[in-house]
Amino acid sequence: MSGTQTSTGGEFKLPREHYLNATYGIRSWLLTTDHKRIALLYLASVTFFFFVGGIFATLIRIHLLTPAGYLVTPETYNKLFTMHGVAMIFFFLIPSIPAVLGNFLIPIMVGAKDLAFPKINLLSWYIYLVGGSFVLYSFATGGLDTGWTFYTPLSSIYSNSAVTPAVIGIFINGFSSILTGLNFLVTVHTMRAPGMTWFRLPLFVWAHYATSLIMILGTPVIAITLLLAGLERMFHFGFFNPAYGGDPILFQHLFWFYSHPAVYIMILPAMGVISEIIPTFVRKPIFGYSFIAASSIGIAVIGFIVWAHHMFLTGEATYAAIAFSFLSYLVAIPSAVKVFNWTSTLYKGSISWDTPMLYALGFIGLFTIGGLTGLFLACLGLDIHLHDTYFVIAHFHYIMVGGAVMGYVGGLHFWWPKITGRLYPEFLARAAAIILFVGFNLTFFPQFILGGLGMPRRYHNYPPEFQVLNVMSTAGASILAIGYLLPMIYLTWSMRYGKIAGPNPWPSTGLEWKTDSPPLTENFHETPVVDWEPYDFVHRPDLGLSGAKAPGKLAPAHGDD
Amino acid sequence: MHRTGELFGQYRTLEQQKETASLGMWIFLVQEILFFGGIFLAYTINRHSYPTAFGIAGNMLSLPLGAANTVVLIASSFTMAMSVWSAQTSRKALVTISLIATLLLGGVFLGVKVKEYKDKFDHHLIPGHGFDITYCSRNPAACHLEGKELSNEVEEIESGIKAEGGETALNAHAQLYFSLYFGMTGLHALHMIIGAGLLLWLILESRKGRYDANYNTPVENVGLYWHFVDIVWIFLFPLLYLINRHLV
Amino acid sequence: MSENEHHVVSPLLYLGILCALLIFTGITVWAAYQNFGPFNIVIALLIATIKMSLVILFFMHGKYSPRRTQLVIISGFFWLAIMLGLTLADYTTRHPEPSRSANPPAIAIHRA
Repeated sequence: MSGTQTSTGGEFKLPREHYLNATYGIRSWLLTTDHKRIALLYLASVTFFFFVGGIFATLIRIHLLTPAGYLVTPETYNKLFTMHGVAMIFFFLIPSIPAVLGNFLIPIMVGAKDLAFPKINLLSWYIYLVGGSFVLYSFATGGLDTGWTFYTPLSSIYSNSAVTPAVIGIFINGFSSILTGLNFLVTVHTMRAPGMTWFRLPLFVWAHYATSLIMILGTPVIAITLLLAGLERMFHFGFFNPAYGGDPILFQHLFWFYSHPAVYIMILPAMGVISEIIPTFVRKPIFGYSFIAASSIGIAVIGFIVWAHHMFLTGEATYAAIAFSFLSYLVAIPSAVKVFNWTSTLYKGSISWDTPMLYALGFIGLFTIGGLTGLFLACLGLDIHLHDTYFVIAHFHYIMVGGAVMGYVGGLHFWWPKITGRLYPEFLARAAAIILFVGFNLTFFPQFILGGLGMPRRYHNYPPEFQVLNVMSTAGASILAIGYLLPMIYLTWSMRYGKIAGPNPWPSTGLEWKTDSPPLTENFHETPVVDWEPYDFVHRPDLGLSGAKAPGKLAPAHGDD
Repeated sequence: MHRTGELFGQYRTLEQQKETASLGMWIFLVQEILFFGGIFLAYTINRHSYPTAFGIAGNMLSLPLGAANTVVLIASSFTMAMSVWSAQTSRKALVTISLIATLLLGGVFLGVKVKEYKDKFDHHLIPGHGFDITYCSRNPAACHLEGKELSNEVEEIESGIKAEGGETALNAHAQLYFSLYFGMTGLHALHMIIGAGLLLWLILESRKGRYDANYNTPVENVGLYWHFVDIVWIFLFPLLYLINRHLV
Repeated sequence: MSENEHHVVSPLLYLGILCALLIFTGITVWAAYQNFGPFNIVIALLIATIKMSLVILFFMHGKYSPRRTQLVIISGFFWLAIMLGLTLADYTTRHPEPSRSANPPAIAIHRA
């Protein structure tokens, strides 16, 4: 139980009763209202969609090995990048951390037995599945070739691909998001344990609170937008059809009003993960807790007023464009606050290089690059040249993959002992993290250069002088793929053969580390009463962390030696 | 189904349970504001672009029916509020009666809507093939148009054609109006049907005497939803029915 | 922090609000037939906003709700205002195009 022990196998035993063995049978899983089981249901489904999106990415990269692109026809290529985007954004990135880690951890982190609305939580998962089925049906019956942005009138009138089932699927899936956000917001407001004040909440919870605000306020707008586009396609209504006097720009406004904040839905939870990992592997409190909490809310709010930076090239008036450009610079500030604070946390800390820490440090670097290149794009003069080039693609993949996915994988590793009761093989995990990092950079850094040189996105071919960089990118992608496959293999392996972790292997200070690994169905034997400050590695005798030594003198954290 | 006042597993107190349910419903309604807001935005932009066509098209709606529906829905909000009061004061019979009244008024609303939609169909005002804003002025008998009404409409159409630069343009933009009309009122009607379903559930539960001063959260929360649907109509009515009545 | 379970609003107040709403409905219909020029829409929306406020404050117990609920309500409208406001800010500042009606759309009218 003490954090200073190493968990050299045999030391701990799995608890006799926990949420995984509490009940048996497929019905107990498919009809569960236990947030932890629902989290695992989501884990399986988002992983599936990650594969789907990944397969399309693989085909794209193979196709782009040669300038003339001989793998698929141009029409099929359009479908590949569209389906890659739709699968990854709506069915992997947006749900991943909130629905897997958020669902699992938030009730425990606030000291509750479950979320505010457990049945709605299960409903969210089923809604996700229904939405996903519609989209898979669309993929299977002709695919989608409109780009994940569904710009009209291509999507609503001219496209011959299976747009209608896809928009129905994404519409339905939106409600999964909305209900999850609703559940989180209400849980944080009303289900906190005694003594768990707002400023004792883990930053992971703050991040998800901010994310939930965006889910509630933004997702309905994409829902109505896709509904209107669908109605136009099915019944020729004409909102976005110039032939009827409709306006494609209106679609873009409606679409981006959600889809810009959506990118913050994708990154904020990952930032929350990083805020949990860094203090643990530096063995000191996070620097500037309240600033990080406030910056999450700041990102959520400001993120709603910048969307027209996706429309700079649609004929916006100069002053309107300047306003949106300025606001886009503004939204970078809270993100920068976080990066500075995480980095400052490292100062005079006792750093250990466990796998989650590798992912967290990788996140900080890659997110910084992704974020800064976002500022390049927010600059009007540059955007004229960089819009719709590979620069944009590299920018958002640095944030989405180098940021969000690494946060997700890092978080999975960090909380894996809590979720499964077992540790993953540390050496292999560190190797995979490094492989992933190298593969990722090799895949996407050349794309910045390609974009700067003018290679357009969404084109099935390119001028021959770009081939070297494209080949580098594809080579990187194959290394990246290994970096993803390895964790899938060893994490699965560890569920059965991994070393037993014990309640607090790292050790860390959140409420979740006071529960068993894996936790009871009700999470706690009795309602916890919180009287400590977050990320306090010194004054926590209940975790075996007492002794008022200076932080630098504490032994570094470690998992599996 | 749980009995009055029973605590669900994840809550610590009844107070917390009630607070949670309320907050959940309010947040859901905020999300609905943004949902309807999107189509209101589409309406705003298009009306800003085509005020003349929108005015002409809006005048084709039946003002008496629209106003009557507004009155009906406001009355149903009253009866809904009364059902909450009845529950809070443990007047169990009145709870059921008020809920039934609310449901009936909602039914009247939907019935009127059906009539309106049918009229649009008869007057060739359904977007898509066959949409023709001039149908009624050309076939007054089929639309029961005569006398001053008829001459008003003919005049309107003529000036509209001039203002929009051609009959095709006027027709196209009027079709845009009706796309929004059906989209907005259709979405609203769908929400009312869902509300009717919720009311039916409440009525059945209230007959078992479930709701009283100790426990009336479902009544309150369905009430919140119902009032929200009323508010949407409070805006739909002037925006769709009262655009250019003063220019006729 | 309790919701409005302790606050029972009197049916007389509800009746009063009902009458107010009906009166405002009458006013808005009457106003629609008067020519206030560009202010017709302003008046109509103003009346609708008043009616909505009455429903929220009294029928939905907004007036008696805790601060948090009131904040939730206000945020919803604030965000709607952002969406409408900033989109209109773009539209109204775009360079006006030549009249769209100069090029009639390609869709022909089918007469039954």
